[in-house]
Amino acid sequence: MAFWRRNTLVERERHVKANARDYNDKFSYTDNHIKTSKYNILTFLPLNLFEQLQRVANAYFIVLLILQLIPAISSLSWFTTIVPLLLVLLITAVKDATDDYFRHKNDKQVNNRQSQVLIRGSLQNEKWMNVRVGDIIKLENNQFVAADILLLCSSEPNGLCYIETAELDGETNLKVRQALTVTSDLGDVSKLVDFDGEVVCEPPNNKLDKFIGTLCWRDSKYPLDNDRMLLRGCVLRNTECCFGMVIFAGLQTKLMQNCGITKFKRTSIDKLMNTLVLWIFAFLICMGVILAIGNTIWESRIGRRFQVFLPWTEFQSSAVFSGFLTFWSYIINLNTVVPISLYVSVEVLRLGHSYFINWDKRMYHGPTNTAAVARTTTLNEELGQVQFIFSDKTGTLTQNIMVFSKCSINGQTYGDIYDEFDQKMENTEGTACVDFSFNPLCDRRFKFYDSSLVDAVKLEDPAMQEFFRLLALCHTVMPEEKTEGHLVYQAQSPDEAALVTAARNFGFVFRARTPETITLCEMGQAVAYQLLAILDFNNVRKRMSVIVRNPQGQIKLYSKGADTVIFDRLDPSSEDLMYTTSEHLSEFGGEGLRTLALAYKDLDEKEFEVWMEKLQFAGTVIENREDRLAVLYEEIEQGLKGATAIEDKLQEGVPETITCLNLADIKIWVLTGDKLETAMNIGYSCNMLRDDMNEVFVMSGHTLLEVQQQLRSAKEHILGLSRVGSAGDVEKSDMFADSVFEETIIAEYALVINGHSLAHALEPQLEHVLLDLACLCKTVICCRVTPMQKAQVVELVKRHKRAVTLAIGDGANDVSMIKTAHIGVGISGQEGMQAALASDYSFAQFRYLRRLLLVHGRWSYFRMCHFLCYFFYKNFAFTLVHFWYGFFCGFSAQTVYDQWFITLFNIVYTSLPVLAMGLFDQDVNDHISLRHPSLYRPGQQNLLFNKRQFFLCTLQGVCTSFLLFFIPYGAFSVMVREDGSHFSDQQAFSVTIATSLVIVVSVQIGLDTHYWTAVNHFFIWGSLTLYFVILFALQSNGMFGIFPSHFPFVGTARNCLSEKSVWLVILLTTVVCVVPGLVVSFLRIDLFPTPTDKVRHQLQSRKRQRPQEQNLRQSRRTSSRRSAYAFSHQQGYGELITSGKNMRTSRVSTARSAQRTQHSSNWIENVLKRKNEVSCISDESTEAPEKSDRT
Amino acid sequence: MGKVKGKPGPLARRPDNSAFKQQRLPAWSPMLTANTVLPFFYFMALICMLLGVWLLLTVQRTQEVKMDYTKAGECSRCFEKLKNESNAGQSCICTVVLHIEKPLKGDVFFYYGLKNFHQNLRRYMDSRDDGQMVGRKTNLKNPSSYCMPFDRDQNGLPIAPCGAVANSMFNDSFTLYYNKLGSPVKVPLLRRGISWYTDKNVKYRNPKMDNLTLAQVFEGTAKPLFWQKPVYELDPFDQTNNGFINDDLIVWMREAAFPNFKKLYGVLHRGDDPFTKGLPAGTYTIEISYNFPVQHFQGRKELVLTTLTWFGGQNHFLPIAYLVTSSLILLVAIVLTVVWWKFGKTGMNMEE
Repeated sequence: MAFWRRNTLVERERHVKANARDYNDKFSYTDNHIKTSKYNILTFLPLNLFEQLQRVANAYFIVLLILQLIPAISSLSWFTTIVPLLLVLLITAVKDATDDYFRHKNDKQVNNRQSQVLIRGSLQNEKWMNVRVGDIIKLENNQFVAADILLLCSSEPNGLCYIETAELDGETNLKVRQALTVTSDLGDVSKLVDFDGEVVCEPPNNKLDKFIGTLCWRDSKYPLDNDRMLLRGCVLRNTECCFGMVIFAGLQTKLMQNCGITKFKRTSIDKLMNTLVLWIFAFLICMGVILAIGNTIWESRIGRRFQVFLPWTEFQSSAVFSGFLTFWSYIINLNTVVPISLYVSVEVLRLGHSYFINWDKRMYHGPTNTAAVARTTTLNEELGQVQFIFSDKTGTLTQNIMVFSKCSINGQTYGDIYDEFDQKMENTEGTACVDFSFNPLCDRRFKFYDSSLVDAVKLEDPAMQEFFRLLALCHTVMPEEKTEGHLVYQAQSPDEAALVTAARNFGFVFRARTPETITLCEMGQAVAYQLLAILDFNNVRKRMSVIVRNPQGQIKLYSKGADTVIFDRLDPSSEDLMYTTSEHLSEFGGEGLRTLALAYKDLDEKEFEVWMEKLQFAGTVIENREDRLAVLYEEIEQGLKGATAIEDKLQEGVPETITCLNLADIKIWVLTGDKLETAMNIGYSCNMLRDDMNEVFVMSGHTLLEVQQQLRSAKEHILGLSRVGSAGDVEKSDMFADSVFEETIIAEYALVINGHSLAHALEPQLEHVLLDLACLCKTVICCRVTPMQKAQVVELVKRHKRAVTLAIGDGANDVSMIKTAHIGVGISGQEGMQAALASDYSFAQFRYLRRLLLVHGRWSYFRMCHFLCYFFYKNFAFTLVHFWYGFFCGFSAQTVYDQWFITLFNIVYTSLPVLAMGLFDQDVNDHISLRHPSLYRPGQQNLLFNKRQFFLCTLQGVCTSFLLFFIPYGAFSVMVREDGSHFSDQQAFSVTIATSLVIVVSVQIGLDTHYWTAVNHFFIWGSLTLYFVILFALQSNGMFGIFPSHFPFVGTARNCLSEKSVWLVILLTTVVCVVPGLVVSFLRIDLFPTPTDKVRHQLQSRKRQRPQEQNLRQSRRTSSRRSAYAFSHQQGYGELITSGKNMRTSRVSTARSAQRTQHSSNWIENVLKRKNEVSCISDESTEAPEKSDRT
Repeated sequence: MGKVKGKPGPLARRPDNSAFKQQRLPAWSPMLTANTVLPFFYFMALICMLLGVWLLLTVQRTQEVKMDYTKAGECSRCFEKLKNESNAGQSCICTVVLHIEKPLKGDVFFYYGLKNFHQNLRRYMDSRDDGQMVGRKTNLKNPSSYCMPFDRDQNGLPIAPCGAVANSMFNDSFTLYYNKLGSPVKVPLLRRGISWYTDKNVKYRNPKMDNLTLAQVFEGTAKPLFWQKPVYELDPFDQTNNGFINDDLIVWMREAAFPNFKKLYGVLHRGDDPFTKGLPAGTYTIEISYNFPVQHFQGRKELVLTTLTWFGGQNHFLPIAYLVTSSLILLVAIVLTVVWWKFGKTGMNMEE
């Protein structure tokens, strides 16, 4: 996708004028049309041919073809090359055409999306591709943003609008954008028509969180930043409509710029294959030279005297020149040693393997109706060699759909299901859900399986009621009730939505809120609470509280937060309850649930008033306002009573998958944009971090030196413990902490590093230390990392470890890492499709990764390796016969075989059996593959196909060709036909060798096949049959009658194959060629069995007994550590609510104090500022002014 | 990729649950275990052994008599004569004497052999025109360029049959006499039917006669440079054995795979006494019309008389190869058994 090719002039600054197409046309900015396809109908043939011929292999065969047309050296007819070449080109062209067809279809679909554009004073529906820079477009709720636009105004108050940026950065929480005050009242078409502001801004770039520009309108200038921009790929949420002006379109949008140039990924086998093909070229040239020298000697000693019968041609002046010509003739003759159909066969295999991935119903996710898709068809065997997995957390390891699954109320747990014998039952699809029909306002999608909780709620137990009341009151969720009883909650974080939804279903329905009131519907009755204060969440407090006055006039404080934080503040009277609850929380935590403690407190009026006054005073103070507020919040939250616990789910099967992949020696690194706390939590719940680990290193230095210090000391710690006597020698341990040493580390360590430190650690002088340390640790978790850093980490490992890396993620923030890694996997189905589209493989659930790697990857690698070994063997066995024959035919480049045999051998006689093996072979089936993750290791160690294996299989090929030639030679030098007519003619010899060859390679493929399906049988027997059919057909009278000079072998097969002696020769050749290989593989299996052999052996011996299903599910961790309060939402939303700014109906009370309104008018700045803190972490330069701003 | 089928419903994209797509095709997965491999080796050894012994016994019954006549006896005179290039084309007749100690029983085949004659050189093998030899009139007058430089004579007349192969046709002829009690009896040789049926009837045809004589058909063509007679006069006794379908020509045109080869000259006609049971023991005189020059390339010429078995002529290679193979396999099988017995039998290597 080289989209700058047209604009050779580099854009320095962008000038865009609203509603002025003529003006903007001057700059010829890219339009909104997106093109990812390569060809159209007319250009397909020339372009595709051109591309294909650029490949070395194809070019080689073209050169060969040209050589063959020179009569002096042509030792083979032109058709021996052109037929396979055409076939290869054709197959590739068909594949390319299909690929491009799908790209066309996708482009078309995106380009034809509808969008409302203001043209000539009225809104008109336009296709996306016709939107141009400077246009003003209207967006409606839940629509995708068509281009990067500047928000001008929206239907919401204050020019606010909400967007979801899941496609861009993977975050699902809503973000706020605000239009400039000057433009926010343009919310009307008639006003917009006259808008003629000009935007001067930066040229297109790929920085998602940065935008610098100025709007010039009515002779004044207004600065623009990222908070005024809606980027392509975002979805407008919670906003009826908004208007914006297109600044960047099409391929220049930040989204598309972030897609980067798709690098063509090559597998390591590909690279090896290319090297090997070069080696083969070299080998070919060597053989050519040897034979050419042989020819020179022969011609000067014998050939010269044989001129009576065969004079030299006029240009063949000397023996040396003859040798030179012979060299080229032999290059032609022996060309089949470079397998022409290798590349296309490999492509076909990979395509087949990709289809098997697409067809795997065990990687199909029913609930989201998503099947696994192999988007790239060229990387399959690399899946069998993965050593490092880089995983995103949110949406990848976790579902990012929070589900209220268990709770502990007043010392009693709910949520487990028991059968009639009081045994805990696994939650299966068949388990009956609790019936919530008593509650007309319930959310039908909510599922809960323990009916005892509902019964308890119905009993009106006060603790129970308080529990759900708290959930219904203490949050910052905004309700939306479009029609009566149809509630939609807009939450900043999925956790909150889940909790409020749970309360709603259990009869405490959160229905409406104003800045001062919260209306619940408690068991069918409407109850209004007066909202007195929201004590907002922040990272330090790790909790949030609300103070409400209930209809009875009591003031209550409800609080929820991290268990440790809440437990610290509990009233001593509830200590017993705290212990039981604490136990329950451990239990929940152990199951990987995210936990949260709830508490409440009664306040008396006086106490509250005093506090409130202090709060208001604190609110007016500008200096240290936040600190003071925090102190005050702290004050009132002392002495809470009661506690309870909750939820969040990992994706199904994540811990099992991770354990299993770990057993397969795959290192998993988690790279997440989340907070340290959250990330470590997930680490614990998915078994990556464990309490029994020797040490968990947390790197959180802010300067280079600090980070260096931390890394060094951690490393010394590890090395010092494991290597007695050499501790303290930092330099030395730096030098020798190589991979060999890694193996000897028995103790388990984990490394947790945050974004700040990572930025330093990735500096060139520290990256080696980081990498060494990371490789010494069992688990690596990087949190708070930017998308760019994710890619850098992957790049680091890729560069220095020579290992195959796989990145898996679901959001647009993972795209860079997905593209950097050798293999990118996208989780599809949940959020945006950015990651999935950029990935090489996509599926719906993290746990499918296990199957993708251990089954499909392993098989692909296994098949590809065996395929390649056999392929090289076959070609060497086939071709080198010519070499041996050279010594008997005066090095004259006479071929042994019939030309037709040479043409058809690779593409007809032997292609299908090896393809069938490459497609269907399995050493062990998928269950066993999954049950024995250790079987994955040969792939990582590159054992099945490497230079040594290549050497061995070519050696086998050379030996086979030697036997193939010399056994018939021995027999033929004295052979006579039964009827006495003499028989040692070249054609009979040729047919005998050809037949032996076909039989030998067929037997060999039979021995190499581990899994004989009907298809294999069909192809192997079919190929043999086909060989004989074609042999007799090509040597039939009819063919000869039509083209006498092209079918000179007429009748040879009939005369030759009717001889018993010929069959004796073939039998002998076959036995002698096959037995050595058989002996070697038997000895290898018997004496040095590989893990696969062992597993196969066990299976064979246990065939009668049904194998026991080995449970990979590791026992749950019994950890005292619990997930902390892991809110993913931002601080500041409490203010937003109490300010009432985001309330659609302006029922804002006038009773609020002046200070309150004044203080709350700053809310959006606060929200934005805090957000900037997060997004600018990596951007050191902007951090300094930021700080000064705040103070 | 990712073809979405038109299936409606919530599980629309669910892949089919077919054995093929789920890679669960019923299959046979053999494994190389001692139970299968070792018996197989012993079995193979046995089979090869039996075949080898049988072949050896069969071959023992055949007899072969060889004689190198390149410079033997009188023929050295002819050899010397041909050394002088100017004498090429002049015929030279010599006789050699052959002693057969044991009678050759059954059908006796008479071969001529050449050593160090490369019929398998690429340019030599290509230097022929199958189109001409199958009787195509256009090719008769316009030989293929592959025949160069033997496509036309110095007068520009097309040569039939063209090319180096035909040009270098072996042109010695032999007459065999059995010296029965001092009076030589001519040994009757069948000189026809010595080529493959397909060659004689498909691959080589004379041009269409259209009531013309063979000589007329070949009018306008020249004989190959080294030939003494034109192609339509190769067999002076049998008109139907002339032209491209001459048996000797066909035998010669089937190029040998290796520089040392022999080609069938004739078969003993066992019609009359004393040859009804084969060739009796005794002394034979062979009258050779010595024409074919071999001295340029240090070649040798020889005569071979042999009887045949069910798998062809006297061929010691196959039985010996089978016996060697069998003993090797047996040896390997024993070694494997020992190895297996010592190390692999308990399956201890198979423990994980």
